[in-house]
Amino acid sequence: MLTQASTSESVGGATLVNDFSIEVATVNGSGSQTANTVLMRTIFQMGVPVTGKNLFPSNIAGLPTWFQIRANHKGYKARKAGIDLMICMNPETAKEDVAKVAPGTVLIYDEPLKLNALRSDLAFCPVPFQKLVAASCPEPKLHKLVKNMVYVGVAAQMIGLDMIEVKSAIAKQLNGKQKAIDLNQAAVQAGFDWAAAEAPRQDHLRIERLDKTKGQIIIDGNTACALGAMFAGVTVVAWYPITPSSSVIEQLIDYAKEYRRDPATGKLNVAIVQMEDEIASAGVVVGAGWAGARSMTATSGPGISLMSEFIGLGYFAECPGVFVNVTRMGPSTGLPTRTSQGDVELCAKCSHGDTLHICLYPGNMEECFQFTYQAFDLAERYQTPVFVVTDLDLGMQNWASEPFAYPATAFDRGKVLDEAQLREIQDWGRYKDVDGDGVCYRTLPGTPGGKGAYFTRGTGHNPYALYSEKPDEFKATVDRLKRKFMTARTHVPKPVIQGPGVSRGILAYGSSDPAVAEARDLLKDLHGKDTDYLRVRALPFTQELEAWIDGHEVVYVVEQNRDGQMAGLLKEAYPQWALKLRNVLHYDSTAITAQTIVDQINAFEA
Amino acid sequence: MTTTATAPVPTNKLGLTKQDYVGAKSTLCPGCGHDAITAQIIQAAWEMNLEPHNVAKLSGIGCSSKTPTYFMSQAWGFNSVHGRAAAVCTGAALANRKLLNIVTSGDGDSMSIGMGQLVHMIRRNVPVVYIIEDNGVYGLTKGQFSATADVGSTLKHGDVNEIQPIDPCTLAMELGCGFVARSFSGNPKQLSTILKAALAYEGTALIDVISPCVTFNNHDSSTKSYKNAKDREMPLQELGFIPYYDHEEMELADGQAMEVGLPDGSRLTFRSVGKDFDVTDRLKAMKEIHEAHDRGEFLTGIFHIETGKPVIHDFTHAIDEVLATIPQERVKPGPEVLEACMRELM
Repeated sequence: MLTQASTSESVGGATLVNDFSIEVATVNGSGSQTANTVLMRTIFQMGVPVTGKNLFPSNIAGLPTWFQIRANHKGYKARKAGIDLMICMNPETAKEDVAKVAPGTVLIYDEPLKLNALRSDLAFCPVPFQKLVAASCPEPKLHKLVKNMVYVGVAAQMIGLDMIEVKSAIAKQLNGKQKAIDLNQAAVQAGFDWAAAEAPRQDHLRIERLDKTKGQIIIDGNTACALGAMFAGVTVVAWYPITPSSSVIEQLIDYAKEYRRDPATGKLNVAIVQMEDEIASAGVVVGAGWAGARSMTATSGPGISLMSEFIGLGYFAECPGVFVNVTRMGPSTGLPTRTSQGDVELCAKCSHGDTLHICLYPGNMEECFQFTYQAFDLAERYQTPVFVVTDLDLGMQNWASEPFAYPATAFDRGKVLDEAQLREIQDWGRYKDVDGDGVCYRTLPGTPGGKGAYFTRGTGHNPYALYSEKPDEFKATVDRLKRKFMTARTHVPKPVIQGPGVSRGILAYGSSDPAVAEARDLLKDLHGKDTDYLRVRALPFTQELEAWIDGHEVVYVVEQNRDGQMAGLLKEAYPQWALKLRNVLHYDSTAITAQTIVDQINAFEA
Repeated sequence: MTTTATAPVPTNKLGLTKQDYVGAKSTLCPGCGHDAITAQIIQAAWEMNLEPHNVAKLSGIGCSSKTPTYFMSQAWGFNSVHGRAAAVCTGAALANRKLLNIVTSGDGDSMSIGMGQLVHMIRRNVPVVYIIEDNGVYGLTKGQFSATADVGSTLKHGDVNEIQPIDPCTLAMELGCGFVARSFSGNPKQLSTILKAALAYEGTALIDVISPCVTFNNHDSSTKSYKNAKDREMPLQELGFIPYYDHEEMELADGQAMEVGLPDGSRLTFRSVGKDFDVTDRLKAMKEIHEAHDRGEFLTGIFHIETGKPVIHDFTHAIDEVLATIPQERVKPGPEVLEACMRELM
């Protein structure tokens, strides 16, 4: 029975239609991911913009996990602090879960937990899960699995979800496994019917049909990156499993088996090898890139640390390769299943000595796809390692997105000389800057004709790729590498710039984008503060970014790390503007919220 | 006008002279065993008619890793990072399976920092002739023990190694390497034959070549000095090699000799010297090598050979063509594929 809360303001607020958050507390490995995805997908299918975030432990089974669903009619996709509907399924965390919610929160929980004894200011809804499961599912060994689906049914009834959509979401999620579909649909129905009969109506939280998700897809960033690589014609992949990046390659393997088979032989036209560690993975990427393949790996921060020696070799010997870093919370092992933007500097300057790398920072699903695709062009055009820097929030969470546009551009394989071209050239040197853009002409091993061979090395070399310890030749090489990096300014994605044209700017990148979009509305609507917004999408910084910073008096640099790493790169590139950059930081391992940004900006201006 | 009659310079089947297989002048110490190995690589590559442009010669870091510069200047070289030529070679092999790969490494490079990559390269059976130029000592950093230094061997300044060595050959055999041999830089005839056979092999061929360091490990109390190696060397076999282009019958002198056919059509013949040693019986061979080591003997020859093992390309299930240069239209799926992927996600 729904127990009425004691204080008048707790449940008595305005009805929240298509604008509230649900949190589900469960035990890792209990099958709750399916139930939660069904709940999220149903809201999506009803046309209401929705995002889902899984706060999962570094564990296979037994530790607590939380799933946060935010429905928002305006399309705000960022995490929002504050829960409107809490579903407590984990006895271990139930006390904490009850303690953390605000007065008036609707609480669905397993009846024997007796959570109504803990507080008196919540809207309690105890559910006899065991009884409902037993009635709906004849096989006791499956009770644990379908129990989660019962809360989906209860919640669906309470917030007004359409059961037809719930059942179609189950069918979609379980993709053709009819027995499982029947079982889960029965469990959902049991929960729904119970709530309809036993739970008094609550009108506080309602989902009502909209048409704002029509034609959209639900995808995670790792899948989007995998698709980008597949369409970019990746031919050599070397990887080592690491959370949260493993599914980039696992998805790529699945897609490759489907879409990258040679029609004549049935064999794959991509070689994917799971290596012994990240060091070897990077070695394969460098070696394959050197030999002319479109090569890649995907990893996370600890993997990049291990790869850094090879990445320096790729930089200095000028071998192409794509490195996807799905960033997790460091330092060290840190929090492997939590998000962070803490590897911005690691990637930008990966390896010893002076290095500067092309980095791409996707801020949404389409960009995860496009930028991974484009990274291969950049790697081959600039003959260098290129980073695609995403994070766990983009990579592993479910996001609604417009379907991706087909990348129409032809591959840019860069400056590669073949036998005929070599015959025409009198004086070829592998590292001669013929065009003045810092990008030299390379050849691929196996090119016949006797003119193309050269010696690749991580040691000092001259324009003819000969070993050199001469100071002037060494300096000329590293200066040219800088020149090459700066040439890339014209090819990397330009920043996205929005705003009315005021003196106050917000600069952000990657997964902070949804929180910034929402924060800008809050700043304007609640605090009367207009802001301009620039979203950095690549390193090297482009002229558009320079002009924009120059044109603003104050620039708040929003980042999900402790040290303001992007601001640091900006200050290094533009010391003349260092004083106008202010750090807005979030680094507790959760995804950033709009409120965090609003509060910090207001504090600066107080 | 006078002409001087000179003997014609011999050429191989490609019309190339041996000179076409040399590289830059060595910068190693005069008398270095590695230079003797380089000379035999040149000889074997020339005799085996390797097309220089299809050869990738790779290395890590160290004295041995400098040697790719000294042979086949018309081949593609890659002096990479310490201990990790194996991974670079794996990448190159995946990108272009038509390349013939030669890695020169050392005992420091392969048996310490590069151990992880070497063993996994062997597991995957990457096509490569992997030569460990083994002197028991770190030369380029001026004379520290390596992991192949024997117990009781001393450094120049008297330090005695007390830690047991790693034997690259028995290790490789344990890992299932299909071509394992040991030779000595002071035995050019045997080394040349082993190299030719390795070049004819289809998977990972590992050759441990004892190659004395004349500067840091050539004193009397070192077990890897020239004198010590010369005194102790016990060749297991008299080896014969009939290259793939030679169809003449080789007469096998007595009943003890055996012949092994290699993937390119070349044939390798063995006649045991002293010991009854079967290169096809891996476990028995490993036992022999261990026992000989315990007796202080320095066995050389081919230790194990097994042809027909699956290679890395069999494990990736990739097409037989060169992946690096496969055209866009074959590796970029069309818009209809993206549409299908999007529909699945709706």
